[in-house]
Amino acid sequence: MTDQNKTYTTQTNTQTEGRSSRPSSAARNWRDRSAQKTFLVITVFPLLLISAITIGLLWRSWPILTQYSLQELFLGSVWKPDEGLFGFLPFIMGTFWVTVVGVVLAVPPCLLIALYLSEYAHRLTRSIAKPLLDLLAAIPPVVYGVWGLLAIVPFVGKVVAPFSKQWLYSIPFLAVNQPTGFSILSAGIVLAVMIAPLVISVVYEVFTTVPNDLRHASLAIGATQWETIRYVVIPRVMPGIVAAVVLGASRAVGETIAVLMVVGNVSQVPGSIFDTAYPLPALIANNYGDMMSIPLYDSALMCAALVLLVVILIFNILSTVVLQRVLERRQV
Amino acid sequence: MEAHIQVRNLNAYYGKTQALKNINIEIPRRQITVIMGPSGCGKTTLLKTFNRFLELNDGASVTGEVLVDEQDIYAKDVDVTEVRKRVGLLAQRPAPLPMSIYENVAYGLHIHQMRKGKLEYKEAVKHYLEVAGLWDEVKKRLHEPATGLSIGQQQRLCLARGLAIEPEIILGDEPTSALDPISSQHIEKKLLELKSQYTTVVVTHTLRQAKRLADYAIFMYLGEVVEAGPAHAIFTNPQQERTRAYLEGLF
Ligand SMILES: Nc1ncnc2c1ncn2[C@@H]1O[C@H](COP(=O)(O)OP(=O)(O)O)[C@@H](O)[C@H]1O
Ligand SMILES: [Mg+2]
Repeated sequence: MTDQNKTYTTQTNTQTEGRSSRPSSAARNWRDRSAQKTFLVITVFPLLLISAITIGLLWRSWPILTQYSLQELFLGSVWKPDEGLFGFLPFIMGTFWVTVVGVVLAVPPCLLIALYLSEYAHRLTRSIAKPLLDLLAAIPPVVYGVWGLLAIVPFVGKVVAPFSKQWLYSIPFLAVNQPTGFSILSAGIVLAVMIAPLVISVVYEVFTTVPNDLRHASLAIGATQWETIRYVVIPRVMPGIVAAVVLGASRAVGETIAVLMVVGNVSQVPGSIFDTAYPLPALIANNYGDMMSIPLYDSALMCAALVLLVVILIFNILSTVVLQRVLERRQV
Repeated sequence: MEAHIQVRNLNAYYGKTQALKNINIEIPRRQITVIMGPSGCGKTTLLKTFNRFLELNDGASVTGEVLVDEQDIYAKDVDVTEVRKRVGLLAQRPAPLPMSIYENVAYGLHIHQMRKGKLEYKEAVKHYLEVAGLWDEVKKRLHEPATGLSIGQQQRLCLARGLAIEPEIILGDEPTSALDPISSQHIEKKLLELKSQYTTVVVTHTLRQAKRLADYAIFMYLGEVVEAGPAHAIFTNPQQERTRAYLEGLF
């Protein structure tokens, strides 16, 4: 955000310098400065909002944070609010599993598609694919949830789980204990599809920062297109690719409705991708407002929200910083 | 003279606009051929047809023949990477690959598996850096990123990288236009040193450089070759009015 401010400042400065010989420059400079201030406020506002939310959540989760040790809260695996047991581990692990499965499923095809669009595709294909991706990104999560419920859950329950039960049961994390289809895998598949448009378009952007001169330098040596991609394009944009994946992961961590529709929502620490899980966003969305008479329950949910927010903020800040640096190199 | 490259009835198009019109020329072996002409006349385009680079432009197309050693490089069964391996390219702006100085030179050797074992690679990298006149300046920092070199050094690195694939032909598209005078001199000197071993084709926008380098000269105008011949004849006694006007600096 500070960067945006900086660019804005330099632009206005050059403009005023360029025209300073004209009359009534005092008034125009004043307008210029107030416009600058307005923009500053507008850019700083989200920062204030995020800080306010974080402080608010911290405030509301303070009661539980002071009564329980962090170890009890984050390593405790029993969630029985009416008995005073607030172990977040099932939810943290639920979030972790669902996110990892979603990202692992999404990344390889996303990289290939982005690579294809930027390096191989015809201009026409590109001009069709880009709006299509934006369209996919605009589909409301609940629609993905319905799709998951109608298509993915039965598919996992009736096809993938029986197959795995017969052939892959001895591989860790692939045991089938709860063959209903409501599972981490279903949630992961839905998430993979949901984050794909974002990951593809960011990775594509990152690929376009590689100047054609570099590709040509490699091709001129007699390298094939694939060798050029492998030795020149990908090494140069690796940080950007990682950042795009982290950005996708942060989207997956926070995704609520589509996931809670297909993941089963049983508070257990999962041991297999065919197990049900109960990610943090689902916990908050399902329970906030109910059973608020239980002591500390409200504070526990706020604490869950705080954890979620902090994780997502960290992921986002890291990926944004890296991406900004990568995308800036475009001008070089 | 013995022709190394023969261009026959060559036309090139960007979409519908024609950039080269019925080009027929011969490029002599192991001499420096200079292509001159005003900006936009098709010099770069012509050069790009020699290593099949034109097809990297979306929508560009070529008709006619470019024969290298009597073999049409646009024939159906030709392997593009083989064509490009026979040609070293010096671009207008040097483009060091995002790797170390050492790896830049070793890149082509590696791609074409031209050496075996670390020692052979090391020797080859040293050799080509010496040929390009860069060894002494970089021998202590071979494993630093190539982008840390000055632009003049980068261009010599690109020369070393191009020579390492053992090409027969060197192409240069205004290879000194982005360089300072000293670096330009370096490159010119190298091209002159190397001309007895390579067929060299250089596009240049300065007449003086053309005169310093050329054994053979080609003058282009609006997508056509106006005049081609031994440099001495072209510079002292041009046959075409437009060549004369250009040499006199009228446009
Ligand atoms: N990528 C391109 N797309 C469309 N037209 C091009 C492209 N590159 C060059 N041209 C056109 O082809 C003609 C020759 O260009 P070029 O070979 O670059 O000239 P030169 O190198 O002599 O300055 C010019 O008229 C130019 O506008
Ligand atoms: Mg040019």
